Amino acid sequence: MTGMTVPSSTFSYPATPLDAIEARTAERLLGVALASGGDHADLYFEYHSSCDFAFEEGRVRTVGRAIIVGLGVRVVRGNASGYAYTEELSEARMMDTARTAAQIAADGKPHAPVSLVSRALPNFYPVPELSLDRPGEEKVALLRRADAAARGFDPRIIRVEVGFAEGWSDILIVASDGTMARDRQPMIRIGVNAVAEEHGKRQTGRSGTAKRRGLELFEQFGATPEDHGREAARLAVAMLHAEEAPAGPMAVVLAAGESGILLHEAVGHGLEADFNRKQTSNYSGQMGQRVASPLCTVVDDATIASARGSINVDDEGVPGGRNVLIENGILVGYMQDRISARHFGTKPTGNGRRESFRQPPLPRMTNTLLLAGQDQPEDIIRSVSRGIYAKRFSGGQVNISNGDFVFSLTESYLIEDGRITAPLRGVNLIGNGPEVLRNVTMVGHDFLLSEGTWTCGKDGQSVPVGIGTPTVKIAQITVGGTRAT
Amino acid sequence: MTTEQAKRILANPRSCQELAEQMLSLALRAGADGAEVLVRDGAELEVKVRMGEPELVKEAGSRGLGLRVIKDERAAVTYTSDFGVRAMDVFARESVELCRLAEPEPLANLPAGEDLARALPELDLWDDSVLSIDVAQAKAWAKTGEAAALKFDPRVTNSEGAIFGRAVGAVAFASSAGFSGAYRGSNVSFVVEPVCDDSEGKKRNGFHYTSNRFVSGLLPAEEVGIEAARRTVAKLGPRKVPTCQVPAVFSPEAARTLLGQLAGVLSGGAVWRKSSYLAEREGTLVASPLVSIVDDPLVPRAPGSRPFDGEGLAVRPNVVVSEGILRTFLLDTYSARKLGRRSTGSAGRSVGGGPHVTTSNFILRPGKSSVEEVANLAQGFYVTNLMGFGFNAVTGDYSQGAAGFWIENGERTFPVSEVTISVNFDDLWKGIDAVADDIDRRSSVQCPTFRVARVTVAGT
Repeated sequence: MTGMTVPSSTFSYPATPLDAIEARTAERLLGVALASGGDHADLYFEYHSSCDFAFEEGRVRTVGRAIIVGLGVRVVRGNASGYAYTEELSEARMMDTARTAAQIAADGKPHAPVSLVSRALPNFYPVPELSLDRPGEEKVALLRRADAAARGFDPRIIRVEVGFAEGWSDILIVASDGTMARDRQPMIRIGVNAVAEEHGKRQTGRSGTAKRRGLELFEQFGATPEDHGREAARLAVAMLHAEEAPAGPMAVVLAAGESGILLHEAVGHGLEADFNRKQTSNYSGQMGQRVASPLCTVVDDATIASARGSINVDDEGVPGGRNVLIENGILVGYMQDRISARHFGTKPTGNGRRESFRQPPLPRMTNTLLLAGQDQPEDIIRSVSRGIYAKRFSGGQVNISNGDFVFSLTESYLIEDGRITAPLRGVNLIGNGPEVLRNVTMVGHDFLLSEGTWTCGKDGQSVPVGIGTPTVKIAQITVGGTRAT
Repeated sequence: MTTEQAKRILANPRSCQELAEQMLSLALRAGADGAEVLVRDGAELEVKVRMGEPELVKEAGSRGLGLRVIKDERAAVTYTSDFGVRAMDVFARESVELCRLAEPEPLANLPAGEDLARALPELDLWDDSVLSIDVAQAKAWAKTGEAAALKFDPRVTNSEGAIFGRAVGAVAFASSAGFSGAYRGSNVSFVVEPVCDDSEGKKRNGFHYTSNRFVSGLLPAEEVGIEAARRTVAKLGPRKVPTCQVPAVFSPEAARTLLGQLAGVLSGGAVWRKSSYLAEREGTLVASPLVSIVDDPLVPRAPGSRPFDGEGLAVRPNVVVSEGILRTFLLDTYSARKLGRRSTGSAGRSVGGGPHVTTSNFILRPGKSSVEEVANLAQGFYVTNLMGFGFNAVTGDYSQGAAGFWIENGERTFPVSEVTISVNFDDLWKGIDAVADDIDRRSSVQCPTFRVARVTVAGT
């Protein structure tokens, strides 16, 4: 995917407490962390500044603001990690934190002194200006625009809520291999939730987006606040007349875009290297083997311009990259962090991510995509005599050990004789990752990156991710509806 | 923060309370008409052992402050972890300044003084011996539990590990409406997660855990390991079942998921926002007469107990559902005002956000039947796991992935996985025709086994 151009400007990020962290201090801290031995140590300094607005009943109800600063220290010995963190960046507290993390490697030999080299990074998410630096009134105006568009869409809309959040993280990663990398990661998010009512029945609809951009997002690079307002209202109204869904196995056509959540759950998690290192994934030991239909090529790509899941550098100081996981159905790569990469005798892939300085990194996805195929989307729908057209999802979950997954749909339709017909409600899809990927029989040429606000959870840690897919046909999958047929 | 530091700070929750009071006066001096301050201080230790070797030792302490300020009926909510004298002053001023961007909402003012808690109940939430558990003891605990699981059955071939965790914390809250108070709490927990190899290269994982505010309340490590292994082995060789409608029995763990979702639609925020299918149903039958639910913050030693709520209000047990009749929603001050009621003392508060309704100990009262009696079905689905996010709070439409066992002629037969169960939530709760006596008190949402007369199972 090619990068979008951003007007050049003289913008630079504001000063943070991380500016005061000198290389010498970091080297000393690494020395303390590795004083009792250990194979690797890293320091993760983080400053996070954010602001959010909650708008409902036609007014800004609350404004929120948070600034978080801290340091996480990790010492690795074999597959074991010692971890400690502090919110106070005084030298004494940082040294204390490094000593606590060093407990894991008690009675080893001290590590040789580390000398650090600053790493230059590409920038996949330049912004002309930080949204936080713009006057609050501009953001309130965005909220009003979304609200008015949702209310104006249909008289059946009885409630609208709009949320807006903006923030950025300044991170500095210093590692005992000499890595010193600093990155500034912006994020902006808007979300609209609408409730429609008719004859005492209610339904909701949601629409929103999140990207690594400033306020220019709404003017040049995506849907406007009005678009999200109308889309939320449209969904709420459309669902008023949705029918109960059928239950049982049938063909499913996944619409381009957010159906990519299926890839994320059904394949993505199982290809995170930690599960495979521990042999607890259903993909363990299958490198080089066929794990999907030859129509499937799956990549994890941290380099997409301004995407929610993109990272210039991961949280272990390894540059973000584009990694092919499945190529024409063959398993070719895992997503590696440093610990797993050493186990597999390979290089880390830039997938070591964490929620904050309070948690150690884990292999995680960035933007996980199924690449485009050859089929016409219309042909794919036409090929189904009876099935489900899955358009929008609220979330999904997978059991890594066996690949069983569940997805919840917020917008879906019946397909009858090759045509999309009635809207359905309360639909779940359940299946098994490897089986579903083998059942992919058509892949469209219409790849679409979802604009949605996707957040992935693992071991209690949340990280922002991206998903995307073209239109895809799955020959058979179990649809969990209420209407037993 | 080291354990020693944590001990020093937590021995005296008063130090948190002083910080809260200090910030309160700074906020008022900066021009706030009203302010509420929450300070949380805590320390955690987590030790994970996998295949007999330590995998993670995590030890840290954390302190944060959340401020809600109101000026000219406009509200701002802010967070900081910087407790320097100057930084606190700047933070207070900036927070008050931020109110300018919000719009007036008279209902968002602080609660009335007469509703605030006076004397705080003693709830026995603190165990000194929690902090005395060191890394070596935690490791030994985890090794013992995991080893017991691996030894239990040769089919247990792998492990996601065993984790021992302890956490201690202090909470202080000060409000210009006329409240200042603090309390502390401890928790210890232990989980074992074995893995078995199944056919077709698939694996089956399972787990068992114990959790308590007191070290003496934990199950022994071996017992947790053995139960985890037993549960995991029992899942081997699952089948899908044909799509059908059958009675379903929900284990306490699965039932707890359903009860938690019900708590969400009973909260005042969802009700006044018309985002609950129960919004207009107060005083009517919303569940089977076998169902009585209480939200009780005053249970000694319980995980969800609290001596005051997130707005400093006095707390009390609230009977939410009594023999199937919806008696009250759970309300904080704002949702109560929106609905023309009084708060039920059910506000929760985190340092990062404003007050909102949270449950304390949300308890479905146990029945008189044994689990065996409840599961005695000619044919049915015994559900032990639920998966996914298939609940629509506005309509009550419900569909989740499910796993468990098939019941035939009163016996558990083969394990079932990769199916969904679907039923409207209203029909689910009204359709409960048996409640067992085996309530699970490990978490703050507490549920016994129960049976629902009919659900749709989607399978082959």
